[in-house]
Amino acid sequence: MEKRVTFSRWTIGILFAVPQLLLIFTFFYWPAGQAVYWSLTLQQPWGGGNIWVGLDNFRSILSNADYWNSISASLIFAGISTGLAMFIALVLAALTDRQLAGSRLYRVVLIWPYGIAAPALALAFRFILAPEAGFMAVVNQVWPGFWDPGLDGADAMASIIVAFSWKYVGYNFIFFLAAFQAIPRSLIEAAAMDGSGVIRRFWDIQFPLITPTIFFLLVINITESFQDSFGIVDIMTSGGPANATNLMVYKIYSDGFKGLDYSGAAAQSIILMMLIIVLTIFQFRFIERRVHYR
Amino acid sequence: MSIFKQGLAALAAGAFSIALAQPAAAEPVKFDFWFGLSGDLARVVDTLCKNFNASQADYEVVCTSQGNYDATLQNTIAAFRAGKQPAVVQVYDVGTATMMLSGAYKPADKLMEENGYKIDYADYFPGIARYYATSKGEMLSFPFNSSTPLMYWNKDAFAKIGKTEAPKTWEDVATDLKALKDAGYECPMAINISANESWQLMEQFSALHNQPIATKNNGYDGLDARLEVNKTKFVQYVTDLKKWYDAGLIKIKSKDLGQDMVQSFATGTCQVILTSVGDHGTVGRTQKEGMNWDVAELPVYAGTERKNSLVGGASLWVLSGKSDAEYKGAAAFLNFIHDPKTALFWSTNTGYIPVTKSGFDYLKSQGFYDKAPYKGREVAIASLTASEPTEITRGIRLGNFTQIRAEFGTQMQAIFANKVSVQEGLDTLVKNGDAILERFQQTYPGKTLP
Repeated sequence: MEKRVTFSRWTIGILFAVPQLLLIFTFFYWPAGQAVYWSLTLQQPWGGGNIWVGLDNFRSILSNADYWNSISASLIFAGISTGLAMFIALVLAALTDRQLAGSRLYRVVLIWPYGIAAPALALAFRFILAPEAGFMAVVNQVWPGFWDPGLDGADAMASIIVAFSWKYVGYNFIFFLAAFQAIPRSLIEAAAMDGSGVIRRFWDIQFPLITPTIFFLLVINITESFQDSFGIVDIMTSGGPANATNLMVYKIYSDGFKGLDYSGAAAQSIILMMLIIVLTIFQFRFIERRVHYR
Repeated sequence: MSIFKQGLAALAAGAFSIALAQPAAAEPVKFDFWFGLSGDLARVVDTLCKNFNASQADYEVVCTSQGNYDATLQNTIAAFRAGKQPAVVQVYDVGTATMMLSGAYKPADKLMEENGYKIDYADYFPGIARYYATSKGEMLSFPFNSSTPLMYWNKDAFAKIGKTEAPKTWEDVATDLKALKDAGYECPMAINISANESWQLMEQFSALHNQPIATKNNGYDGLDARLEVNKTKFVQYVTDLKKWYDAGLIKIKSKDLGQDMVQSFATGTCQVILTSVGDHGTVGRTQKEGMNWDVAELPVYAGTERKNSLVGGASLWVLSGKSDAEYKGAAAFLNFIHDPKTALFWSTNTGYIPVTKSGFDYLKSQGFYDKAPYKGREVAIASLTASEPTEITRGIRLGNFTQIRAEFGTQMQAIFANKVSVQEGLDTLVKNGDAILERFQQTYPGKTLP
């Protein structure tokens, strides 16, 4: 006989859920609702009043070429930095999992980057990548004018991608390593005895078994690259040169807080929220099919 | 040296009096003052506050730095919406239009009158007063930290090309930069083209040449003002700057690239920069040993009748919704700031200039401008008072001007990266800037600037 724990009345269930529901409501639904309201009005920054404008805010944003430029910059940033951060972390985790010499040290050290706040690491990368003073100054000595993030948009985009990926390699590494270590040793050993090499074992055994982790990290990395890039952009490029690194989240900040255009910023956050929701649905719908849960 | 000692003594006195402060018989009335300066400047403001608290027993000002100007305005707005605003807040020059329409302030001139302080408003330098005053000339806020841009030039480098005087026209600048380049200087002049440099490159240039930034007298006469920098002398200026940049006479220096403009000048790398008089102290403190340099007024194009430059910096606003007792304290504080002795303390410890004629005269009478490191800063006053302010050189009264400055940076970067031509870039600047202005106007329907 299976013993099943049930609640006699549904109210008890609701009661248990209330604290969590309250938290979610206070910190998510209420502000999000407020943002929706603001996006449909023109707010005076000092709270002197507002006017209902319907979808005008969305219309003016979506008809602005700068905004579309910001969306494509965000997508490029998300795509490249997620790919880079996940690939490097995967390789590092696979190597660490093989118990090569010093792997215990790597296990600790490779996690550190994630512990560094985005603005701090951005500051560090600003020094490293400065064309006149940093590491890239040496490269510029050899090829004058090769590296100029101050005027070249592609260089500026490359620098924020490098900084962001560097941080998320640490984060992804933890999850990949945990996933590798959760794979039963016996499977790997059996394959080894059958004569398959390292690469073969990776593709046929390890990789399929960690697809749930890969999928999880893909969703998280893409979401974070839309949101956590703010500190890096703010310190390293301030959205420049000529809007080349004006990612959506940074544009929301500069329009809303620097420009005091609260309504326009609210409308932009709604669009950003929609975009992330759509991307996440897409990933669950089409990519999750290839994931094998054990 | 005596002034420096005086400043130190004031600092010490301030610190000392706080250390010794005993609980008074009647608790002083406390009020908040939020400001946007940080680092060294924040320490000077703190000392100023201590000096005020030590100067009388009725009020106590609590001074809190919010990090920078943007954050100060943002935090004040958030606090105001929550009903927890400070009594006095420092708002930067370009926030003036936003403040005027906020309905969140108590006019400073009324406040002083109600509390029995007589301020001689004619004593303010007109270039400074008009920037912060209404179109009718009422002072809604008090100028606090004020500056204006100057041209810093390296005398040693200019001596090599046989010059002992700073160039006065842009035509001369072009010749001199060429000569400096030929004499082997890698970086004859440094500029930066971010949002911040809108101040010296666009706004001050336009004022000196009596060219408008926007219609309606730079916005003083209505919220329906629109930009027009794409058809003034400014177009010529950007074209020339770009030409000199392409010829290697001008280099772009910014913190992101390794060395900012001021550092590049102080280290002797670059020979000419245009920056605030507020950097005068920094250059003096960080300059290469033995380097000879001086400051001059910004150049103008030949044949231009030079007008006054604009004031930069911030003013002090008193916010609405505070108690009478706090307003009394705020008035006493503004009166303290207005005092010429405070001006001496302030100018000694920062690079900012006095804002009143009496303050300037007091500094002169104390011999402030006679020797290094303060010698040369009087040029800033000369630049600010070069003419009686015209309808256009009163200042700039445009909504969300911070965003327009950002747009300036964006378009200048596009122009210098050869993505667009000068005219295309400035046309886009005007187009996008107008959208910002239009939006600002829509946000305040039926309202007019005071």
